[in-house]
Formats: sequence, C-alpha cells, structure tokens
Amino acid sequence: MSGSASSVFFGLSTMAYILAMVLYIGYLAFRKKAIGVVATTVTIAGFLSQTIAILLRWKEFYDIGQMGWLRAIPLTNLYESLIFFVWCLILAYLVIEFKYKNRTFGAFITPVAALVLAFIDISGMSKNIQPLVPALQSNWLLAHVTMSFISYSMFAVSFSTGLMYLIVKTEKRNEPAYIFWTVMLSIFIIVLCALGLDYLTFKLSVKSQEELIKSYLFKATFRNSSSAISLLSWAVSASLTFVIWRFGGALRKIITGFNISAETLDEITYKSIAMGFPIFTLGGLIFGAIWADQAWGKYWTWDPKETWSLITWFFYAFYLHSRLMRGWRGKKVAMVAVLGFVAVIFTYLGVNLLLSGLHSYGSQ
Amino acid sequence: MGKEKNNSFIDRVWDLFASVKFAVVIFSVIALTSMVGTVVEQNVEPEKNLTVLAKLFGESAAPTLYSILDKLGFMNMYHSWWFVTFLLLFAMNLIICSLDRLPRILKLVREPIRPLSEEHIEKMSIRRSVPFKGKPSALRDEVASAIRKIGFRPSESETEKGLQFYAEKGSFTRLGVYITHLSILIILVGAIIGLYFGFNAYLNLPEGQTTSVAYKDRGAEVPLGFEVRCDNFEVDYYGASDMPKAYKSWLTVFKNGKEVMNKVITVNDPLTYEGITFYQSSFGTVPDSMDRGVVVLTVASRDGKSEQVNTRVGGAFTIPGTSETGKITNFSPALSFDQAGRPYTYDQNLLNPAIFVEFSSPAGKPFSGWILQRYPQTWNLPDGGRVEFRSFWGVQYTGLQVRKDPGVLIVYLGCIIMAIGLYITFFMSHRRLWVSLAEEKGTARILIGASANRNRASFEKDIEKLAGLLGESRKGGN
Ligand code: HEM
Repeated sequence: MSGSASSVFFGLSTMAYILAMVLYIGYLAFRKKAIGVVATTVTIAGFLSQTIAILLRWKEFYDIGQMGWLRAIPLTNLYESLIFFVWCLILAYLVIEFKYKNRTFGAFITPVAALVLAFIDISGMSKNIQPLVPALQSNWLLAHVTMSFISYSMFAVSFSTGLMYLIVKTEKRNEPAYIFWTVMLSIFIIVLCALGLDYLTFKLSVKSQEELIKSYLFKATFRNSSSAISLLSWAVSASLTFVIWRFGGALRKIITGFNISAETLDEITYKSIAMGFPIFTLGGLIFGAIWADQAWGKYWTWDPKETWSLITWFFYAFYLHSRLMRGWRGKKVAMVAVLGFVAVIFTYLGVNLLLSGLHSYGSQ
Repeated sequence: MGKEKNNSFIDRVWDLFASVKFAVVIFSVIALTSMVGTVVEQNVEPEKNLTVLAKLFGESAAPTLYSILDKLGFMNMYHSWWFVTFLLLFAMNLIICSLDRLPRILKLVREPIRPLSEEHIEKMSIRRSVPFKGKPSALRDEVASAIRKIGFRPSESETEKGLQFYAEKGSFTRLGVYITHLSILIILVGAIIGLYFGFNAYLNLPEGQTTSVAYKDRGAEVPLGFEVRCDNFEVDYYGASDMPKAYKSWLTVFKNGKEVMNKVITVNDPLTYEGITFYQSSFGTVPDSMDRGVVVLTVASRDGKSEQVNTRVGGAFTIPGTSETGKITNFSPALSFDQAGRPYTYDQNLLNPAIFVEFSSPAGKPFSGWILQRYPQTWNLPDGGRVEFRSFWGVQYTGLQVRKDPGVLIVYLGCIIMAIGLYITFFMSHRRLWVSLAEEKGTARILIGASANRNRASFEKDIEKLAGLLGESRKGGN
C-alpha cells in the first residue's frame, strides 16, 4: 500500500506535526507571535491532511474487506490505532489552544505526537491493510479500541499539563518534585532523540520493512553493537539530564512568562482525567471485558494486557482520590498524573514489546 | 473501662477503613503486586518462568528466586490467599467508607435549599449584582420567570429588606460517587458467584458426534444436562488466501432426546442453552481419520438435473440422467501446484481439500482432473456438467469453550451501574442559586449568588444569562 493516496496524506501530516513541534518550541524560545500563528496553521493543516488520510484508508479497507463500512474502520492494528491516537491528541490540543487562547501547551503536547509518529516509522510496524481475523470481527472490539484511544489522548494531555504544572510550581533543585520532572522530561527527550537516530540509521541501512520492532529499537544508540556508542549514549543522556536539572528554572521562567497560571494547568490536568477516566472505564475495561466474554467465554483472565489496563485504572483512581486528601493537592497529585500516562504507555507498548519478548523462547 | 477501650479500638479500625488514605494505599498495593503477575507468567510449567527469571536476573539466581516466588504464591498470584485478601480489604474499605459518609450525603440530598443571608451570598463562588430602582415586589414576576428561563424552579421568601428567590437542580448527583462505588462491589459479588457456582471447560467435538459432557482442565468430566451434536465445521477464507475469515460450527442441542435448538456459532457469536455457553475457540483434524471422510458432492448434468451424493475417496457416482460416471481416485487435504504444474499436498490439515476424479463416459472422450472445494471454477466439467465439491465431512473436530457463569449477569449489571455512576459523577452537577432583591435607603439591587460542585464554568454561563435577563427586565419595567 506504500503508493496509496492515504499514505501520501499520512506522510504529509507526519511532516506537519514534526514541523509544528519545532515551531511551538521556537515560539516558546523566541516569543514571536508570528511563529505561534504559523505553528497553529501547520498543526491545523496536518490535522486536516491526517483526517483525509484516515478517511481514504477507511475507504481502501472497505473495498478490500467487503464487510460493510463499520467493520472497515481503520482501527485494527497497532499502526492504525497509534495514528488514531495522534489524531485524537491533536484534536484535543487544538480545542485547548482555542479555549484557553494559549499556545504554550503546543510545545509540550506536539512532542508526544511526534514521539508516536517517530516510533511508528522506526519500528517498521506493518502499515498494510489486512483483512480481519475472526476474533477481531466484533463491534464491541471496535468501541473498545476507539474509546481506549480517545481516553489515552486525554491522558496524554494530562501528562503534558501535569509536567508543566510541576515545572511552574517547583523552585528548589533538591525538591523531589523538581527532580521528578527533570528526570521525566529528560527521559522523554532522550527517547525522542534515540528514536529519531534509529529512524535515520534505519532508513539508511535496513532494507527490509518487515523486521521486528525488538531487533532495532534503540539500536542506533543504547543497544548499539559497538559498546563505545552505547556507552556514549548513556553518557550523553546522563549529561542531558544534568543540564535539564541544572537549568530547569529557566523553563519555569519561560512558561510563567506566557501568562499561564499553575491553577489553569491543574484545572486542565484534572479536566482531561475527569473526561478520560469514565471513557477509559467504559471503553477500555468494560467493553474490552464484554468482547473477551463473547469471543472466548471469559470476561477477565488476568492476562498481562488486561492486568496492565487495570493497573492504569488504579493509577488514575489514585489520582482522583489523592486530590481529596489533605496535603496532596498540587505537586504530588501532578506527579501521579504524569506517572499515570507512563502506565498507559506501558499498557499499550510495554506489554507488547517488553513482556512478549520476555515470554517468548529463542529470541535473542 | 475495658468496654470503652474496646470501643475506641473498633472506632480506630472503622476510621482507618473509612479513610481515603487507606484506599490510596490499597490502590498502590494492588497495582504494584499486579505488576509482578504480568512478568511472571501465571499457571504455566516451571520451565517457562525459570527462563524468564534467568533472562532478568541471571542463570544462577533463577532457581532460588523461583522457589521463593513459588512459595509466596506468585505463580498463580491472582488467586493466592494474599491477593484475595487485598481485594477483600479493598471491598471492606469501600463499604465502610460509604457507610461512614452516606448519612451525611443523604441529608444533603434530601434537605431542600434554604434562603441565605446577603453576606453568605456575597461569598459564593459565582456572584452578580444588578442595580435597579423601585420596589422589590414590583419585580417579583419578572425575576421568577427569568429564573425559570434558565431551567430552575424558584422558591420565594420575604426578607427584611425585600425578597429572595432560591432554587437548585441535581442534588441527587451527589450520590454519583456512591453509585460508582456500589457498582464495584456488585462486580466483585458477580465475580465471586461465577467462581463458586460456574465452571470453565472445553470440548473437542468431531463432526457428526454427540456428547452430554464437557471436560475440565485436568480431564474431569462435567455433565451438561443435555446433549449437543456438531453437525458440521467449516472455515471461510478471504478469497484465495489461507487467511481465515470465519470459523463456523453447526451445533444442535437435544434435551431428553428431542431437538430443542440449533445454531451456527462463530467466534464472536456463541450458543447458550440452560445457562451453559459454547464458544468457538479452536478446531483440528481427528487423527488418522482421512480415509473415513465423507465426500459431499452436488452433481448436476448439462441439462440441470442435480442430486446430492455422499461418497468416500475411492467411491464412484453417476451424473444424474446420464450414464456418465466419476470415480474419486485421489484426495489431498491441502492441494497446491508447484512451478512445473505438478500437484502436491502442502499441509496435513484441511486447508484446501481436493479430490481427483476420473470420468468415464460411454459416448465421449474420458477425462479426469482435480476438483477443489474452495475453487468453484474447478467444478465445471468440459461437457457442461457440474460436480460441486461441498464438503469433506467427518474428519474435523470443533474446539469449544464451554462455560457456565451464573455471575456474569451481575457483573454486567455492575458495569451498567458503573457507567451510570461515572456519568453522574463527572458530567452532572449539583447547582444552586439564590437571587436576593433588597432595597435600602432608596438604592436597590439584585444580588445573585450561585454554586456548583462541578462544571462550574457552564453554570457560570447560565448565571450570566440570568443577570442579563434581569438587567433587561429592569430597563423594560421602569
Ligand atoms: C477502584 C476503585 C474506585 C473507583 C473507580 C472510585 C471512583 C471514584 C470516583 C470517580 C470518585 C469521584 C472523584 C472526583 O470527584 O474527582 C470517587 C470519590 C471518592 N471515593 Fe472512590 N473509587 C474507588 C475506590 C474507593 C475506595 C476503596 C474508597 C474508600 C475510602 C473510596 C472513597 C472515595 C471518597 C471518599 C470519594 C469522595 C466522595 C466525595 O467527593 O464526596 N473510593 N471515587
């Protein structure tokens, strides 16, 4: 399908989002309104292009699958679901930008989208349209996947604003919350860069698109066959973390310079979780259980994927309840929101990549 | 004295279980221990987990670590005594915390809204003030109708300086959290009922056979109380590929010898009879059964006469209305052709069944060829007749999950209640408003105060509208 019209539009939207990320970060750094306007325009253009791409792919799938429009919704594999996640996330971001009339969030939310897109490209996951195997032919599954990803994008927003809240609220470098956000931000940037490098080397060296994710994730850096490069990667990461930790206060000044109050950030974090939590409960847990019940006769089997969804759910229940406790409002709660999204990522990717690798024989 | 101490101990336990702090601790404990169970595979042979542990902690540490984890129950942790205890503590926490708070909340829900003093209204999170001239009583109707316009039904009372209207909506939404919590308990109850009064079994049922039992993990028989027969099993494929599109089993249920139900089940569409559900879960070939298989054909002559033929490999049939006969001389469960066009069998399962038929006709030239079940274009004979290869029957079994779970309806009920509870909790709110009309020393004002326990911004818009209406009414009135 590499030559199909949908993939052209997907390509355009990927480029637009990555450009938007650069522009939003530039806007933060140089405080030029013009850059911000361009960033928003590029984001909207990317969003439109992605919408067209999704619709085209829907049509392509409909023509191949011959099972009606509903069954042809392009949400059937890892690739398509991640694309949908990015789409929801950008939509949520645009709503927030217009509602709060502030572009600062863009510098924190578009990198999440860029991270996912880079991951899609370097992982070489199959982008082909495949017909549905019998177990996947279920409307419950469809509702399950759709709602899960809508909630994930809400959680991604709360991750970004939670992180911003911590940046704005912490002053002392020895404060746990300060160390927490510098480490989280560093990991995030490092992973983004490592994926970017993988992407470049992968494009240059590996010809086969069908190679497994495991075999080249972080191969350009941490898991490089040359131990010198691997060591260097760790050293660079450590120094980057140190730099962020040492000069993190500058970031606080930049964000507060844009008229965002900590209260607004806390409010957006809470609101997006308050939207995401019920959607996740219904779509992620309940519809997933109903689907499993119909397909296999068991609504709950404690398999790693289900268990991690439950763990994620507990993280966010923890968040909602910790807000009710004295002394927890504020920084601690924001840390829970950030960690909640780490659990989301692990539920979606960690279980597939790490645990399945651990549980399989013969690999490595 | 002893009694008093006892009381305070119970009080302390009660307070502990009624606290959100304890809930948060329990959340963490359940979440963290659950993680271990996703790394250590559950209910598998020891070798598997030894390999996992060796990958993580090295070959030498793995056996010791394994035996420690095994003794602690981590190899089947979600059913271990301590994990079940966590769940029980969690349930206790929910029950006691709800009992502790419910009376207060119910009082809040039942108690109607009361008029408030001006100082109180001044302190509300949403307030507006609109000046006016004249007597408060002259504005009575206009204010009441403005409040109705934003969807509230106001009550009214006299105050020292004038009049006050007050109204509320959605006080029941304060119960949303408790409905959510209750639903969790209902789901737990449903799960326990399923665990104690249900069963999980499997059944490999060959085509044509009938059974009255299913089998548990270790082979123990579970009587069904009725009989079920597999009439047929088939796989549909996407076009010419071997990618399966649907697995189908034709099942018939007999009760006391009488046929009571039949249904074609597929992967997401099971059959349920008397609380026992049969799910399509796998399939396979009965060992050494190929030569017992029945070839089911629909044979038609050139002029359209047709009949069904059941025969075997090696058997023969006649095209109806003619003296032309066909003999099945060869069979392949999965036929393919190599580059030179030679036929070969690429799998021992029934992926692409084919028969080789040699025809002999007294009149025309004899011919022969492969007829494939999945390729109707091979069914047409050169002389205009047709041999439709319908099925190769009696060699496959369908693999069924057999489950009885009397708790599942309760679990679903809990899920529905949870959805409702969460909707009320997060998308509805308790909204209250007070409108006070006061006149003092010739100046008069309308003071609006309002509060909402959630989604304040949207209520603020309504109040904005109300203030607008009142401002307008004043201009129009005087
Ligand atoms: C996984 C299980 C649980 C879920 C999904 C859950 C869900 C919720 C939700 C959605 C809220 C509303 C939060 C908000 O308004 O932001 C809430 C509030 C609350 N929960 Fe839970 N809960 C759970 C377990 C518990 C437990 C075990 C306790 C025991 C102490 C508890 C005590 C409370 C209390 C006291 C409130 C606040 C009620 C109020 O605002 O008046 N919850 N819960």
